[in-house]
Amino acid sequence: MSKKLLLKNDHIPGINTLATYKENGGYAVLTNALKNLSPDAIVEEVKKSGLRGRGGAGFPTGMKWSFLAKPEGVPRYLVCNADESEPGTFKDRYLMERIPHLLVEGMILSSFALGANTSYIYIRGEYFYVANILEKAIDEAYQAGYLGKNILGTGFNLDLYVQVGAGAYICGEETALLESLEGKRGNPRIKPPFPAVAGLYGCPTVVNNVETIAAVVPIIEMGGEEYAKIGIGKSTGTKLISASGHINKPGVYEIELGLPVEEFIYSEEWCGGIRGGRKMKAVVAGGSSVPILPTELILKTVNGEPRLMSYESLGDGGFISGTMLGSGGFIVMDEETSIVKNLYTFSRFYHHESCGQCSPCREGIGWMERILEKILDGRGTLADIDLLWDIQSKIEGKTICPLGEAAAWPVAAAIRHFRPEFEAYVTNPDSIKDIKHYYRLKN
Amino acid sequence: MPKITIDDIPIEVPEGTTILQAARMIGGDIVPPAMCYYSKLKTSGGYCRTCIVKVEQGSEKDPRPMPKPVASCRTNVMDGMVVRNITSQENLEARAGVVEFLLMNHPLDCPVCDQAGECHLQDLSYEHGKEGTRNEFERREYEPMDFGDTIKLNMNRCILCYRCVKVADQLTDGRCHGVINRGEHAEISTYIEKAIDNDFSGNMIDVCPVGALTDRTFRFKSRVWYTNPVDAHRDCDKCCGKVRLWNQGDEVLRVTARKDQFGEVIDNEDGSTAWICNDCRFEKKHLNDWVIEGPSDISRHSVISANHYESLRSIQKTTMKMMGAKPHGVKFELGDGALDPNNQ
Ligand SMILES: Cc1cc2nc3c(=O)[nH]c(=O)nc-3n(C[C@H](O)[C@H](O)[C@H](O)COP(=O)(O)O)c2cc1C
Ligand code: SF4
Ligand code: FES
Repeated sequence: MSKKLLLKNDHIPGINTLATYKENGGYAVLTNALKNLSPDAIVEEVKKSGLRGRGGAGFPTGMKWSFLAKPEGVPRYLVCNADESEPGTFKDRYLMERIPHLLVEGMILSSFALGANTSYIYIRGEYFYVANILEKAIDEAYQAGYLGKNILGTGFNLDLYVQVGAGAYICGEETALLESLEGKRGNPRIKPPFPAVAGLYGCPTVVNNVETIAAVVPIIEMGGEEYAKIGIGKSTGTKLISASGHINKPGVYEIELGLPVEEFIYSEEWCGGIRGGRKMKAVVAGGSSVPILPTELILKTVNGEPRLMSYESLGDGGFISGTMLGSGGFIVMDEETSIVKNLYTFSRFYHHESCGQCSPCREGIGWMERILEKILDGRGTLADIDLLWDIQSKIEGKTICPLGEAAAWPVAAAIRHFRPEFEAYVTNPDSIKDIKHYYRLKN
Repeated sequence: MPKITIDDIPIEVPEGTTILQAARMIGGDIVPPAMCYYSKLKTSGGYCRTCIVKVEQGSEKDPRPMPKPVASCRTNVMDGMVVRNITSQENLEARAGVVEFLLMNHPLDCPVCDQAGECHLQDLSYEHGKEGTRNEFERREYEPMDFGDTIKLNMNRCILCYRCVKVADQLTDGRCHGVINRGEHAEISTYIEKAIDNDFSGNMIDVCPVGALTDRTFRFKSRVWYTNPVDAHRDCDKCCGKVRLWNQGDEVLRVTARKDQFGEVIDNEDGSTAWICNDCRFEKKHLNDWVIEGPSDISRHSVISANHYESLRSIQKTTMKMMGAKPHGVKFELGDGALDPNNQ
């Protein structure tokens, strides 16, 4: 059954306005927390909740918050990562567009917990209209006294700004984001130091995903322990999934973690099955960078257990037979999809988005793209497939930021699980050209 | 003080030392090659990944899972670390991969490149690369660009080490040099080819590990191995005035800063870096401008040293035994000799 914490009111007309948001219980959690809870108590609740970062890596949020350095006389910052540029991921947009005040309330609550008096929402350039929605919500919050000086008479001050990016996927990587926010070229920084010690303008900084920050509101509302009861094992709470591809009902869904993948794909409540009654071929479960899995492995683990929508279950089997929950960008492909063409699209994306600082990523991804293009063109050789494998292995783990991995993993997984298809492109290109591929990149 | 081992050699170093610095203290062939790190330039390193090493076992304090490849130039040692460089086949393979990436778009125009003979990329590919490239696609190409009268940029050869950007940032004022464009299309630029007329801009040539930034006043005059390097000084009101002259007969063909075995500009007695000004570098091209101290001590194992320097010291083959006598790939066999990093 569906359990909704973030999107429980998204269908209410006018929920994007302060008035309606408040009528439906909005800002009550904040008001109560500011008056009755200490910052440390809020951090404690978030720790107890087991909440894990929703931006992709799934790092425990409470732990991240407790790493924040607190030197005397130095400001601290909270930065919300709304750069959402991973192909297949569009959940943050939905949340900000529909219920902007939930993010604003989460930002105020989290800033209070972390002792930040200036906070930022860094949003991707293509979401300029969403930035306008957020700006409006922030204006309303200022007028109502939820932002600014001496909030609700508690002595807590907070200024919240929206900064629009300029269209670079790399600016979603937290240190590139901070560089960009400082007005510099969006290059990832070399870590350490980590943002918790030296982040924005060299000050201690927490960077969290939109959904992570929004989830703080229901956590403080129900208490960390109650929140931790939702979900399964260490995958607590609910998760927004942006489902796309060859399904009957693409869209953004809030699911309780632990929902069986099969139910998510085939139930009428969620994706509604494969479009046109076709068979499913493969799924990319957590945004374009996570390993693609063929139907048999996405529905069941190698041990025959049903695969669940959770960090642990999707990760079961490591990269040999498993994948990752990632950011929740769930892309379903039917039997007519060309895995090689799809991979080419992904590689083209990562090639375009590499910042160019470190050599494996700068040189390697474009190389992989060119080889894939050659294979698609019917000019490939069997050796090219091995070369692709070798190149991805020489990028993975050897780059400044995880964009290298994001580009390498899809290549590795596609070859691992769909090698015969690559070979068919090489040895019998005509047979492949007959398939009516959904993606037509070249005419 | 943290204790670590690098290729099974134990060393104790001060807190805050990087793995690369620790390896340099040991010296010899376990020192990872560094194409972008430059100890005299703040925030340098981390870009090229040639200094990659495998941290086989981390410290108890470090929660990150090991083993893990890391950039040794930007990773601090932690007590108990076990680091492998040339005693890990996997690591050598990874480095060969990096070398292949760096050479993928390189024009391999050494016969017409002024850097040939003292080029770190040449050394790197001889020592750590594999024969040939598997890249069959067209290389990217750029038009050469002049940075004022004295510096030439040949972007085709650039490995984007960012050293020159750091020089522009840290040594000159009114920075107008940086990187434009992204990914594969990233290029060094002065933002609209603006001439860099700054007293210390010439040091970019010295830090550039390849032939991307070269001295226009030396262009095509000679090959470095036909020149005769001597150390010299003059009284200069802008810089330390301690230089290296590259002569042919009585003619001064080129003036550079003095560099150590890692290709880095050496320190003055007071600990500051012996960068030189553009006057010394580009304007003083007569022997009588200078007080000659004597022949330069070239301690790098590169081709420049190949024919005629007696004080030449080649790298110490510390761990040949451990590698099953893996031959070192230096093009010219230079003979064995102990190398003492403190003895410049
Ligand atoms: C290339 C790259 C792009 C990323 N893009 C995003 C993004 O768009 N949104 C996001 O929340 N995190 C993104 N991340 C992850 C962030 O670096 C960071 O881990 C995250 O914002 C932390 O928030 P969380 O702990 O709440 O998940 C990206 C990481 C990389 C390497
Ligand atoms: S021009 Fe030379 S110093 Fe500058 S980034 Fe390129 S290789 Fe490095
Ligand atoms: S020298 Fe360490 S990454 Fe370049």
